[in-house]
Amino acid sequence: MKKVLFRPSKLKNFLLLFSIFFVLGLNAQEEAAEESGPKVIEAVPDADPAKGKELFNSLCAACHKPYKKAVGPALHGVSERRDLDWIQRWTVNSRELIDSGDSQAVAIYEEYNKQAMPAFPQLSKEDVNDIVAYVEQPKPEPKTSKKDDVEGAVAAGGGGASTEVILGILAFVFLMLLVVLVLVNKTLRRFAEANNVELYKKKEKSKPIWVAFAENQFLVLVSVVVVLLMLAYGGYGYLMLVGVDQGYEPVQPIHYSHKIHAGENEIECKYCHSSARKSKHSGIPSLNVCMNCHKQIAEVSEETGNEEYSKEFYDNEIQKLYDATGWDPDSQSYTGETKPVKWVRIHNLPDFAYFNHAQHVTVGQIECQTCHGPVEEMEVMYQHSSLTMGWCINCHRETNVRMDDNPYYEKIHEELSKKYGVDQLTAAEMGGLECGKCHY
Amino acid sequence: MNEENLNQDMSSEKKYWKSAEQLKENSPVVDALEQNEFVEHIPTDEFLGDKENLEGSKTSRRDFLKYVGFSTAAASLAACEGPVIKSIPYVVQPERLVPGVADYYATTIADGFDFASVLVKTREGRPIKIESNKEATSLTAGKPRVHASVLSLYDIKRLQNPMIDGQASKWSTFNKEVRAKLENTSNKIVLLTQTFASPSTQQLIKEFSEKYTNVEHVVYDSVSETTALDAFESKYGLRALPNYDLTNAESIVGIGADFLGDWLGGGFDEAYSKSRVPKDGKMSKHYQFEANMTLSGANSDERFATKPSAQKQILVEIYNQVVSRVASTNLGDAHKKAVAKAVKSLKKGGKNAVLLCGIDDLDAQMMTLEINEALGSQLTNLANPRMIRQGDAKKVAQLVKDMNAGSVGALIMCGVNPVYTLPNSDEFISGIEKVDTTVDFSLTMDETAKVSTYVGALPHYLESWGDVRLTYQDYSLIQPTIKPIFNTRHFQECLLDWTDNSLAYYDYIKAGFSNRHEGVSWNRTLHDGFYKVSEDFVPTEESPAFNANSAASKLVKSDAQELELTLYTKSGLGDGQQANNPWLQEFPDPITRTSWDNYLTISRADAESLKLINENVSNGALNGSYANVSVGNTTLQNVPVYIQPGQANGSVGLALGYGKKESIQEEMQVGVNAYPLYNQFSKVQEVKIEKASGMHEFACIQLHNTMMGRKDIIKETTLEIFNTKDKDYWNKTPQVSLDHQETPVDSPDVDLWNEFDRSIGHHFNLSIDLNACTGCGACVIACHSENNVPVVGKSEIRKSRDMHWLRIDRYYSSNETLIGDYEKKDNIKGLSSALSEFGELEKPSEENVEVVFQPVMCQHCNHAPCETVCPVAASAHGRQGQNHMTYNRCVGTRYCANNCPYKVRRFNWFRYNKNDEFDYHMNNDLGRMVLNPDVTVRSRGVMEKCSMCIQMTQLAILEAKREGRPIKDGEFQTACSNACDNGAMVFGDINDKESLVAKKKEDDRTYHLLEYLGTKPNVFYHTKIRNTNEA
Repeated sequence: MKKVLFRPSKLKNFLLLFSIFFVLGLNAQEEAAEESGPKVIEAVPDADPAKGKELFNSLCAACHKPYKKAVGPALHGVSERRDLDWIQRWTVNSRELIDSGDSQAVAIYEEYNKQAMPAFPQLSKEDVNDIVAYVEQPKPEPKTSKKDDVEGAVAAGGGGASTEVILGILAFVFLMLLVVLVLVNKTLRRFAEANNVELYKKKEKSKPIWVAFAENQFLVLVSVVVVLLMLAYGGYGYLMLVGVDQGYEPVQPIHYSHKIHAGENEIECKYCHSSARKSKHSGIPSLNVCMNCHKQIAEVSEETGNEEYSKEFYDNEIQKLYDATGWDPDSQSYTGETKPVKWVRIHNLPDFAYFNHAQHVTVGQIECQTCHGPVEEMEVMYQHSSLTMGWCINCHRETNVRMDDNPYYEKIHEELSKKYGVDQLTAAEMGGLECGKCHY
Repeated sequence: MNEENLNQDMSSEKKYWKSAEQLKENSPVVDALEQNEFVEHIPTDEFLGDKENLEGSKTSRRDFLKYVGFSTAAASLAACEGPVIKSIPYVVQPERLVPGVADYYATTIADGFDFASVLVKTREGRPIKIESNKEATSLTAGKPRVHASVLSLYDIKRLQNPMIDGQASKWSTFNKEVRAKLENTSNKIVLLTQTFASPSTQQLIKEFSEKYTNVEHVVYDSVSETTALDAFESKYGLRALPNYDLTNAESIVGIGADFLGDWLGGGFDEAYSKSRVPKDGKMSKHYQFEANMTLSGANSDERFATKPSAQKQILVEIYNQVVSRVASTNLGDAHKKAVAKAVKSLKKGGKNAVLLCGIDDLDAQMMTLEINEALGSQLTNLANPRMIRQGDAKKVAQLVKDMNAGSVGALIMCGVNPVYTLPNSDEFISGIEKVDTTVDFSLTMDETAKVSTYVGALPHYLESWGDVRLTYQDYSLIQPTIKPIFNTRHFQECLLDWTDNSLAYYDYIKAGFSNRHEGVSWNRTLHDGFYKVSEDFVPTEESPAFNANSAASKLVKSDAQELELTLYTKSGLGDGQQANNPWLQEFPDPITRTSWDNYLTISRADAESLKLINENVSNGALNGSYANVSVGNTTLQNVPVYIQPGQANGSVGLALGYGKKESIQEEMQVGVNAYPLYNQFSKVQEVKIEKASGMHEFACIQLHNTMMGRKDIIKETTLEIFNTKDKDYWNKTPQVSLDHQETPVDSPDVDLWNEFDRSIGHHFNLSIDLNACTGCGACVIACHSENNVPVVGKSEIRKSRDMHWLRIDRYYSSNETLIGDYEKKDNIKGLSSALSEFGELEKPSEENVEVVFQPVMCQHCNHAPCETVCPVAASAHGRQGQNHMTYNRCVGTRYCANNCPYKVRRFNWFRYNKNDEFDYHMNNDLGRMVLNPDVTVRSRGVMEKCSMCIQMTQLAILEAKREGRPIKDGEFQTACSNACDNGAMVFGDINDKESLVAKKKEDDRTYHLLEYLGTKPNVFYHTKIRNTNEA
């Protein structure tokens, strides 16, 4: 019976594996077809869109997007709207064209609030053609749907890649083993009974262990003391955690990803948290700082979206920023209606503790990550350190104060290192453990 | 052994019975009673109420206890969860603003009474502190009121909208309606305003007068300087106040002029203090003739208590002796001698001598100008007279008459409150009913606003644009430091609207400024806060001849009255504009050390003859009799009486500015309104006093008024001794006995502790010069403002629970001089003499009394007695010399306060913020905006005290570290040293040997408070030197 049962399952696995390879192969073929080469644009048949992409990104992307309006108009379809020669003249020196009274040029000048496009005399005709060829590429279809298909296929196939499947198989094997063991045991027992083998000897009745324990006063005393001590230890530990919010990870009104900004895009912490350099507060950046970049970046790239948070999700979060600042991406202007964002504050020091960022960041040159943890890997910001007084004090005991090339420290360093007989002084030796340095 | 026990022991066999029934055995009644605890059934149903409901309820007692237990546990668990705190950043952050870093703006206060150039500290766009503009050349901030004015910005009683007939309205409607009324009125339009001293406003009013014909502008100061203005105008041809520069003074004679207070707008103290510090064996000599005890009298070398009528005689006598003999005077011997001394000193001082006279009389003011001219005094800064306090009393009096005659069509008021401040306010109110249109621009819905039809809500000066001409040469600008909190608008903006001028007031000022000062940078002026023109005032040549004879004879003729009242303004409340400011209400008057009140000051002799008393009740608090005070037909009922040492016999004093009721929080409606006695705008009035029933409860901070000859608290010596004798003679370091050997207390041998090495890093010291301190109190308010010191209210002050971190102790001499006290104490020998004479030393001297001021805050002892007794080490010493107070460690045992010999520690008996029992600024959102975010707001049950402004020293260190540079002298400041324009308080690092404070520490005058205790304080004082040299 078992043999019969075994065959079809083997067949099933085989079929599954086959279908996976088939689907993957098909997918690869499709991708190959897509990468076979850009479309040839009729208006500029000889141009090289790849070179155009390079030029576009370096010169034009600050103000233009191919398929969407930005500071300047969307460029896709420009070769149909305008004459190629006109485009070349305009790109090289738009001001000249406007001054010449060209009606199209004047019209677009008026439309964009009389802001002329900067001149690009360095561009040759071929360069301009390349750029046109690039922007005239048809808009690529969003890739996400295909990706989802593949994932779906993989999940359905269960081709051993997923840990869940492995676990499932393991569980099945163990279950089978258990069944076999029970069966064997049952059979052996039957044999034993048949042969009159005595399986268990009857034990003499002795005192139960708990009674023996209860009668031994020394043991009781010791265990009570141990239990009390453990309770005290546990209770103390619990009470010490009151008000410590390590790992606090509140949901914010806008899903701001430090991972994307500080991690993938490597934006310096203090670009946005600029007040950390000279103030006690690191400061939550004002929204106009966000808009320095997000005026241009209205949506994330395809690659940014991931399993957990899709591109649409991120784009929607950027839209929330626009709503808050009152930025209208279509007209590229502010409506003047603002809705300040109420962030949830993560790092809360009690009012009686004074902490100054400038002291640590600028004077001490301490990396932000020392206290805030791997922010560049945090999709959602959380409190990395405990922010307890013991934690502060520890660091003050261990950290050497950076005194090199700071004339403020010259005299005191000389005198103190002579006194303590050391070259490097810790914050504690500088008086960094005094109560009044942080509590006033 | 008491009786009960005795009975038990001696008669254990005895049986006690309550009734005869108990004697019977097995009585059922007795049995029943013994079984029941209560004789009758307890009617629980009755007091538990509805019986049916109770029986129907399924909640048993056990259930109830379960619920209680559960909810208690749940509540305590829930309390462990932290609250969710929101942070809201700017949408568009203003450039240059960094959250957490303070910005400073230079501006000017000009509220009609106080005029000063100030620096405003703002945090995240809200002003939190006023500081002196040290670069300004005249009228720098230096008064408690100026420092406290930032709190008045956050007054919850401020008007929030323009009002029409008591209803909130819009500015467009307001302007339209007022304009229509102005255009339709046929009678004259009168502008009754405070002194703006503003060139642009003056121009605007001129334009207004051109558009609406028949316009009259009346300037009204609640406390008038009319006579001084008139005198100056008649002599020099400009309606201004004389300005004095006392920096180089050698001889100052004051007659009824409190020039260290509010006389002529005040602000003379900075220069005065400079002249008072002995330099090369020289300092100025100051004689003062006055009736009330004022700051000026308290600081003088010799003070002569003089009734107002006698002051006039003295002035004439001085004129007789300095200029020419004009009239014979009638003076007592003491005064004759005093005048002789004063005249001798004036003559000797010559060009460095000056006579300052505050008698409210045109002739007296004219004579003063003549005397100073005859002396050739160069202390009168004639080139740069003061342009402030321009009020014209005569015009105001005329206006009230005109109003009652019905000849005023429209009355537009701004910054004045005549219904409260006019002596004849009844007439004013009846007059206002006859005026067709009344418009009042006001910060609050005050007495005058209540009776006006249109009330314009004014912005506070910290929300305003403006310009002020403080003196002939000094132009200052007012700039906003915060966006207007309420829907307020400048009076000037409305004037622009009414005159069809489309300019904003800011543009109008700017245009006027560039017209006036061609080529001067507006931005630079705005940054500095002021601009000084070099052009001097040139007096007119042909001034009318002064008839000294008739003036003198008029002055001499005025009869002495039995009791003469001198009205004055207190350093705290001034003219009463800021009566709703709890800092100022709680500010103890420098002389009487009493807060939350005004009172009749009277000499002990007069008090005794009128049977008026002051007494201390069991907890030490001061009580005083009530008196009814009558001037002419006006009587003030139940004025509390304060017996004032130094008050001239036959004279009494009463402060203006109290007793305001409208738009004042209930807690701050204190005192009596003395303006009804201010007849004819004369500070001196003939008065009748009779005792009223009852006793008044004062909130007096200092209950012991003399030092009883102890030299360990205040050291004083004379200039002569200072110049001729050794330091050891007049400032000897105390000695203590060590192995029966007298050893100086600063010797390491007598030390209980091992000394720490403090030579590395910073070591902060605060130097206080008792010669330069005038007791003005600016430091007290600055400390309040910097350190979030709570206001506790009158009843708590009475219990000696005041929270001031810095107090200015005032001591009277018990003999005529303090040196006399020292001698008397040193000569006490034997028990009988000790018993009697110590008692005598406790009482301050009466008419002739010497006064000293001594600011006392935490002394930051290196060997601090408070630190050793703290069971939780909440009080600890820093290496930089500061005594740290850690609030979060403190458990409130108050051992430290008990062990502090200086009594500078303050205990939070209650939570003073967000507590309806203490309904002051910390109890409302608006008022809390003034709090300094760098200083913890203390909670109930913790001790607090002066921290030597550690937040300021730490910031100075951080700035230097950040910029990578050593710290310059002067960068380290405390709130008090920064507020002290007089240079009495100097703060710094004594390890920087070049610093001013290090040099001061080496001075011979240096001593420590109660030095013999060996506490080694980081605050030190400079011995007071009194100039007793005869000229």
